Amino acid sequence: MANEVVLLDLKVSPFAARVRIALEEKGIKYESREEDLSNKSSVLLKMNPVHQQIPVLIHNGRPICESMIIVQYIDEVWNHKSPLLPSDPYRRAHARFWADYIDKKIYPIGRNLWASKGEIKESSKKDLIECFKILERELGDKPYFGGETFGYVDLALVPFYSFFYTFETLGNLSMVAECPKLVEWGEKCLEKESVSNTLSDQQKVYEAILQIKKELGVE
Amino acid sequence: MAGDQVTLLDFWASPFGMRVRIALAEKGVKYEYSEQDLRNKSALLLQMNPVHKKIPVLVHNGKPVCESLIIVQYIDEVWKDKAPLLPSDPYQRAQSRFWADFVDKKIYDIGRKIWTTKGDDQEAAKKDFIDCLKLLEGELGDKPYFGGETIGYVDIAFVPFYSWFHAYETVGNFNIEAECPKLIAYCKSCLQKESVSKSLQDPQKVYDFIVMLRKNLGVE
Repeated sequence: MANEVVLLDLKVSPFAARVRIALEEKGIKYESREEDLSNKSSVLLKMNPVHQQIPVLIHNGRPICESMIIVQYIDEVWNHKSPLLPSDPYRRAHARFWADYIDKKIYPIGRNLWASKGEIKESSKKDLIECFKILERELGDKPYFGGETFGYVDLALVPFYSFFYTFETLGNLSMVAECPKLVEWGEKCLEKESVSNTLSDQQKVYEAILQIKKELGVE
Repeated sequence: MAGDQVTLLDFWASPFGMRVRIALAEKGVKYEYSEQDLRNKSALLLQMNPVHKKIPVLVHNGKPVCESLIIVQYIDEVWKDKAPLLPSDPYQRAQSRFWADFVDKKIYDIGRKIWTTKGDDQEAAKKDFIDCLKLLEGELGDKPYFGGETIGYVDIAFVPFYSWFHAYETVGNFNIEAECPKLIAYCKSCLQKESVSKSLQDPQKVYDFIVMLRKNLGVE
């Protein structure tokens, strides 16, 4: 089967990182095309006309959009190794629930933390720490959210590990003080090649965020 | 499956709850419906959904499943011997998930803006809402259902909002059918199915409910 896999990508995007990690976990060869979001390519606009966002996976010419939908697709098509979702329906629902929680909370609240000031920033900081503590409780004593092996929820969350330095610096907080187990979990994930090869350097993410803040006109 | 205990914690007007009701009906699953008071949440609801404290929650043999579309996928996977809701092909499944996600991201929130705002904000919300419905109409095309020949995941995600259209139209003073006739025709044809007609609510009742909510929120 001729397998052409292209990823419309953005190195600092946590959503694109999820897809890159999934592709690496499955050992899939793919071509990454870095997008310039201020000047979106005609391919991006054609492949994702509804949202016009990355990541987009293009498999044999057909697009799949939305990071966790792409991850599920990858898991279903390349089902010969490294299962990302459990096989039991209840555990699958549980994994989907926590990935959905991460989607609803971490990026938007984190964004409010680094893109706003004053009261909104302070309440976002409080909310973000609360979310991370809830995730820490869900992790419990397990090595990964998935249990013994890295899985769907780990993959959904770990790209935000690259944002910890940004949250700490711009939010004036200490992740290791607030959520030591989560930091430990992040470091454990980084021992995996699929993660360490993929995750952006925390400093690079911070610089990218500073750039966005400048463009948004936020101090 | 013999010996299955299924309870649905729900609220009569919730389009999210309606999704689960349709899925359970499609699969012929017997369940206990438990109406929840959202202003005075039960200990059971808080225990079963401590993170979001929201309905719907499906409790299956004592174990909770939360978030309507996650519940619908769970139902599809557990009761897999009849009425498949998601396609079997991974690419088609990804497309179904995409459109259900689109409905989730857009329809409720934009619809809510229609009944909670006024003036320019309301006008902008109405325009966004119609734009989203037109996109969905385009995706439906000439198919009887989003799923093709049979009712599926995207249909279940979307059609409950039809119960709320009369409320949006009356509060927003606009006509959805004039803008999206094919989509309304589709909704009416879905209502021919018992699983849908028994799960959706009377639009007049929903409108009365919205009027009450608006009063409580202090919106004219």
